[in-house]
Amino acid sequence: MNWPHKDLLDVSQLSREDVDVVMRTAASFREINSRPVKKVPTLKGKSVVLFFAEPSTRTKTSFDIAGKRLSADTFGLAKSGSSLQKGETLKDTVLTLQAMNPDAIVMRHSASGAADFVARRVSCAVINAGDGWHAHPTQALLDLFTLREVWGDELVGKTVVILGDIAHSRVARSNIRLLTMLGVTVRLCAPRTLLPKDTQALGAKVYYELEPALAGADAVMCLRLQLERQEAGLLPELREYARRFCLTKDRLALAAPEVKVMHPGPINRGVEIASDLADAGNSLILDQVASGVAVRMALLYLHITRKEKGETA
Amino acid sequence: MTLPDLVVANVEVPGRDGFWTLCCAQGRVLELVPHDPAAVFPEARVIPGRGLLLMPAMTDAHTHLREPGQEWKEDIASGLSAAAGGGFSNIMCMANTTPVNDNASVTKLMLRRAADSWPNGPRLFPVGALTLGLAGKQLAPMEELLAAGCVAFSNDGEPVADTELFRHALEYAADLAPVIDHCEDPYMAKGSGANEGVMSARLGLRGQPDVAEALQVARDILLAEYLHAPVHLAHVSCRRAVELIADAKRRGAPVTAETCPHYLLMTDAALFGYDTMAKVNPPLRTDDDRLALMQALREGVIDILATDHAPHAAHEKETPFEDAKNGITGLDTALASLWELVRLGKLTAEDIALRFAWRPAEIFKLPHCRFATGDPADFCLFDPEESWVVTTESLRSKGKNTPLLGQSLTGRVMLTVVGGHVVHELARPGA
Repeated sequence: MNWPHKDLLDVSQLSREDVDVVMRTAASFREINSRPVKKVPTLKGKSVVLFFAEPSTRTKTSFDIAGKRLSADTFGLAKSGSSLQKGETLKDTVLTLQAMNPDAIVMRHSASGAADFVARRVSCAVINAGDGWHAHPTQALLDLFTLREVWGDELVGKTVVILGDIAHSRVARSNIRLLTMLGVTVRLCAPRTLLPKDTQALGAKVYYELEPALAGADAVMCLRLQLERQEAGLLPELREYARRFCLTKDRLALAAPEVKVMHPGPINRGVEIASDLADAGNSLILDQVASGVAVRMALLYLHITRKEKGETA
Repeated sequence: MTLPDLVVANVEVPGRDGFWTLCCAQGRVLELVPHDPAAVFPEARVIPGRGLLLMPAMTDAHTHLREPGQEWKEDIASGLSAAAGGGFSNIMCMANTTPVNDNASVTKLMLRRAADSWPNGPRLFPVGALTLGLAGKQLAPMEELLAAGCVAFSNDGEPVADTELFRHALEYAADLAPVIDHCEDPYMAKGSGANEGVMSARLGLRGQPDVAEALQVARDILLAEYLHAPVHLAHVSCRRAVELIADAKRRGAPVTAETCPHYLLMTDAALFGYDTMAKVNPPLRTDDDRLALMQALREGVIDILATDHAPHAAHEKETPFEDAKNGITGLDTALASLWELVRLGKLTAEDIALRFAWRPAEIFKLPHCRFATGDPADFCLFDPEESWVVTTESLRSKGKNTPLLGQSLTGRVMLTVVGGHVVHELARPGA
């Protein structure tokens, strides 16, 4: 099919069919990652700018590897050392990038809506690698890919708990949108200070205590807790957060027998999730990392080759 | 007998039946009389008023001009030009310039710029800073500012968090001039441009709760009652604040309040797509808040309308939402945008005359025109049927930052007169 989207700003723009295309394409690319020579010429001659105006290791590396395995040339641009740090506006930075004629810009920014802002100003594809508290669509898609590896296509009726700092989480927002669209029941669990005031806007059931949220759950997605939330007065101390909300083996026993545990990383061991649980057999945390490369290869491929497909159709 | 030198003939006047003729001489109203087609005025400029409404020129109690210091956004000349085009005879400009208007020399500079650029109006009335540098630490020299030409004091843009200092500010100012307060708990508001609610949750934006405004409104009301010192509450945006003000007024508390056209016309739904043009402080709220403000305005719980005209340069809005400056430019479009509410039967032209012309001038003791003999000849002629599109060219303000850009409005200020001088005039097709 011809991929219909110039940009990927959030999962809310995707239809079920689009999601299936991403999943199928990622599955076909996944095999490349286990070859002795992990490189195909699919995007040879294409250039991808990795524009990360906020610190990132995992996502940036994942996109970098994804691009290189498809033979694209990837170029990193961080806020530190760039003109942004010298006070240049985002618009001017982006117009400068556009003038260099890349095929895609993968961008991370601390402001919600930043990817949308950029996408409206450049002709190349923009893939949102996280904007403020708003959206992290590639994380949601890789989480879905990981779950489908375990569950197959049978998602309706499954229950996923998203646990932790929902209010400030782009990962949570995108996952809620994607999973509910596919018929998954999503429960949110956090202290009230880490939930947005109007949680009904998110379309999921909210729990303020961990035990009832876990009852019968098929998967638990722990979110990273930013340590500065304590300084902002949202939590008394991390120890108390851990006492109430840290996912432990005992608590997880309340969930479904085959429950899976996920985390977008990096993990605060002993705060969001007990260390032994992070490494246990039902943990999908490293599977998520592996899925990330395949999903991002798929997304780069779909967005960068979109025009050529359209022209030959 | 004085002969008129300026006449508006055959014009409709809100709240009065039939057609009227306004006669002015030497900058003042001579009389407003039922129209007599046989009357001739050989010494006067006669403006045909058929199809137009005669409105009192308005007073904007809340304007941000950017001179001195940020003239690329607006200077006093362009701000007064926008005022003229919008039908205003008086505008009160806030103190958050660079440097801050917290001493006589800045006030005098503002007034000199106004006199040089618009010697015949619209009139500029500076609002002095309540605290030095708007820093909220030490009272500004209010008597000095008053003597230089300020008509009120305000820390607008930088709410005074220190309640003890704010108490002293009210006490000290009570014998000098009104205090205008920007009601916002600065700890809770945290500089967000989005109402805390469904929209902020969906967009992942830091929200500013309505209680951040209401808490400060409650504080100000309690202090005003306790001290018997008046306070004017700026740009009220939410139901909770309205309810507090209504209760206070029932008790006879010395408080007055304003809201702005954008809070009556829009909600936070305008933020969809991260539209920075709709980013304003306090933020656009919910439809429930909008309806509460509308009712409060009709009932007089909200005393006046003000624009909170906040011009910004294009590049200051062409950024991601969180980085964009707060503010909507409002002088050019205030009356025309409100006219939509008149057309819908939500407000009347008399409501606008009362709330945007007469009451603000009374509260701040400024010249105004009620069309009585001897009043300053401050009026505008409004064409309620004229359709126009808001474009960057149609706005006289340097600030083009309005969500109305590109929209079609019905109703337009065709002519503005200040002290008998025509300061704005548009050609009428077919006239």
